[in-house]
Amino acid sequence: MLGTRGKLLIVDDSSTIRRSIERHILSDRVTEIYQAANGHQAMELFERYGPEFVTMDLTMPEMDGLTCISKMMALKPDTRLMVISALGDAETAIEAVERGANEYVVKPFSAEDLNLALANLVAGS
Amino acid sequence: MNDEEIKVFIDGVVRYFQRVTGEPAAVDPPYLKGEASVTLDFTGVIGISGRRRGAVYFTSGAEQLTELLHRLGEKKVGFSDHQDLVGEVANTIAGNARQYFGSEFLISVPIVLCGRSDKISFPRHLKSFVIPITWRSHRSYLIICLERAAADRDAPGPSSRSDVIVARQT
Repeated sequence: MLGTRGKLLIVDDSSTIRRSIERHILSDRVTEIYQAANGHQAMELFERYGPEFVTMDLTMPEMDGLTCISKMMALKPDTRLMVISALGDAETAIEAVERGANEYVVKPFSAEDLNLALANLVAGS
Repeated sequence: MNDEEIKVFIDGVVRYFQRVTGEPAAVDPPYLKGEASVTLDFTGVIGISGRRRGAVYFTSGAEQLTELLHRLGEKKVGFSDHQDLVGEVANTIAGNARQYFGSEFLISVPIVLCGRSDKISFPRHLKSFVIPITWRSHRSYLIICLERAAADRDAPGPSSRSDVIVARQT
């Protein structure tokens, strides 16, 4: 997975945050970008396009992010997934990692924080 | 709520503006909400359940939201962007509070209300604390209205009812 080029799925119920994440993708390793506003949409896009990279919010309508992570990892365990959530407690971060997340970024984030986290995600580091 | 708990939310406000804009917000001393309206053009409401019950409100004028959106890189800003951001700010500040309250501090997805005072009601049986925020001369407010859940109290009182109504749209 290290150094792979691939598709990115951005999952967040805030359109502002989805666009912000998209603007900070500087890497040429991302070939296509898809966006979902809730867990159900995310699973539809995930199953249809099989993205290599995912950014995942946790508090969302219809299906929460933790459930989504488990479903995605069951389908495609080598997906590189980064949680970007306001939930700042350690228990939730640990649970996300146990379900398969590679990174956990707590909102609010600065542009520099986001650039670095996304670069790590797609670089596989 | 005690001073330490209120400070958790003040810190959340300061962190939000500093991280997102690079410029700190000034926070005035919190006060108990009275009859006077504090709601502005857009209000994001987060329902709280678990070991605490109630709601967190973030209310802002359109001008501040527009400026925040520009800082986030948005070029063209409209009504739906204001709605989206006010909910996201409320969600972020409430979600960050779990670092203090723990994972049993359960937060809902945002409910967004547009318009001023007459559209929002606050639970009358709970004290609502208002945290005034000033950022680049724009005023906004964070309103915290929380109680311990019945299972988390020694002696449940009249405020232990399970269906706290935090907001309604008329």
